[in-house]
Amino acid sequence: MYEKTLAELSAALRAGETSSVELTQTFLDRIERLNPDLNALITVTREQALADAKSADEMRAAGKAGPLTGIPLAHKDIFCTQGVRTSCGSRMLDNFIAPYNATVVEKLKAAGMVCVGKTNMDEFAMGSSNETSFYGPVRNPWDVQAVPGGSSGGSAAAVAARLVPVATGTDTGGSIRQPAALCGISGLKPTYGRVSRYGMIAFASSLDQGGPMGYSAEDLALMMNAMAGFDERDSTSVEREVPDYTADLGESLQGLKIGLPKEYFGEGLDSEVAKVVEAAVEEYRKLGAEVREISLPNTELAVPVYYVIAPAEASSNLSRYDGVRFGYRCENPVDLEDLYKRSRGEGFGPEVKRRIMVGTYALSAGYYDAYYLKAQQVRRMIRDDFTRALEEVDVIMGPTSPTVAFNLGERSDDPVQMYLSDVYTIAINLAGVPAMSIPAGFANGRPVGLQVIGNYFDEARLLNVGHQYQQVTDWHRRMPEQYA
Amino acid sequence: MSLSSADVQSIAHLARLSIEDQDIPEYARNLSDILNFVEQLGKVDTKGVDPMAHPLDMAQRLRVDEVSESDQRELFQSIAPATEAGLYLVPRVIE
Repeated sequence: MYEKTLAELSAALRAGETSSVELTQTFLDRIERLNPDLNALITVTREQALADAKSADEMRAAGKAGPLTGIPLAHKDIFCTQGVRTSCGSRMLDNFIAPYNATVVEKLKAAGMVCVGKTNMDEFAMGSSNETSFYGPVRNPWDVQAVPGGSSGGSAAAVAARLVPVATGTDTGGSIRQPAALCGISGLKPTYGRVSRYGMIAFASSLDQGGPMGYSAEDLALMMNAMAGFDERDSTSVEREVPDYTADLGESLQGLKIGLPKEYFGEGLDSEVAKVVEAAVEEYRKLGAEVREISLPNTELAVPVYYVIAPAEASSNLSRYDGVRFGYRCENPVDLEDLYKRSRGEGFGPEVKRRIMVGTYALSAGYYDAYYLKAQQVRRMIRDDFTRALEEVDVIMGPTSPTVAFNLGERSDDPVQMYLSDVYTIAINLAGVPAMSIPAGFANGRPVGLQVIGNYFDEARLLNVGHQYQQVTDWHRRMPEQYA
Repeated sequence: MSLSSADVQSIAHLARLSIEDQDIPEYARNLSDILNFVEQLGKVDTKGVDPMAHPLDMAQRLRVDEVSESDQRELFQSIAPATEAGLYLVPRVIE
């Protein structure tokens, strides 16, 4: 059963071929056996999961089951889960038992999904390799020497190793798409404001967006039907009707206009990755799509803009961790300033401290205009690139990441090199448009992701584009040998 | 842009972060690298471009100013490091 997609598991449950208790037990057993090497989950909620699975089976017996009822999942440990530790990958929140549920957690629970645990992540979602977690790095199931990507690396590795059929993730600069690509699974970052941020621990509030991670585009569509929607508890949530994301999956791609940004195929792109992406585009030609070259002229400015805006917003958001109301507190503070400084100095890891300091500097008196204001102006120029391009084409395609998964430790000494691994994903968060990564093949034995970018609120089209490709290819079906 | 050790100490103070003395040179180097990297933005002509704060250029939604949440002080304080009589405890500020 563990090799099946969410859609297939849903059908099996409907047909009575299995029960939620049986499925949940299967995945819990895999977690127990396989997770110690991968470190993908940092909390496993076995008893609660089995109790919830039993309730899901009762819901089904009462005729109240929906497509997600009884399906196990794991939440990224950035989503607050009532009564369960929500650490955000940090020592700061190692003792934090969330007193309430995030809206995403609440919605998926209401749909009958069974949470089996919380996934590892870069500390406060700041990282592209999962190496900044307080709980140690996650390993890539395709090669345990390789990183799984980040920051939703635990979710990506858990899905890739079939420890869960689907997981939640969050994406501030590529944190759903890049690990999805590096682990050979599918992941969607919705339009900014489409999925509620309530109860999702804030990193950079104008960029953060939650989304689903799973085997197939169809699975992402099923998850989006439950995850998306207006939430009055999130002040940036968008009041807009939620479509049925599965409705258009079967549409033909005849005449679909695909744009390939020339800036995404230039210097810095690994040639083997380029070949895989080109082959995927060729597949789309066969499906009837028209392909043309486009330009996103401000592409190379996206990473520098991001590394002003994201740290600035983070330095403000993370000021709440002060050792007073919740989270880590240092021993024997001599005065209030010592309490603040040592609680924060001991509770945060080096990358989080770096970003808080960059943000503090960029927002400090005398530097605001030169850094923050300037970055916000260039952000608009980057957004306008996408708006213009998406008047000409329906979707934009390119690589999700310039390389396949790199080895553990390979880039951890050089922050700027690490930041550049998000060069193709970051601009999308700055613009706020939706984008998806789907598995498109392998280079040097490691997975390659194809990124598909769409217009605001055009998630249904992205999922249709992903699903049609997955009807004629089987990359999303491949499993790492050791976990098959 | 190259930050000195004193710069790092002053930024760390503004951010209320204690930094070990032995780590300061590495922070100075990393932070300088990051600032040098973002400095390329200075060369971009942004004359007449409005700063963008929100991807959808939405205005902040307002709600009616009325009570919408119930009092959960005990629940929220159950995870606090130190409380007494419903108050959060910190080291003495006023002698």
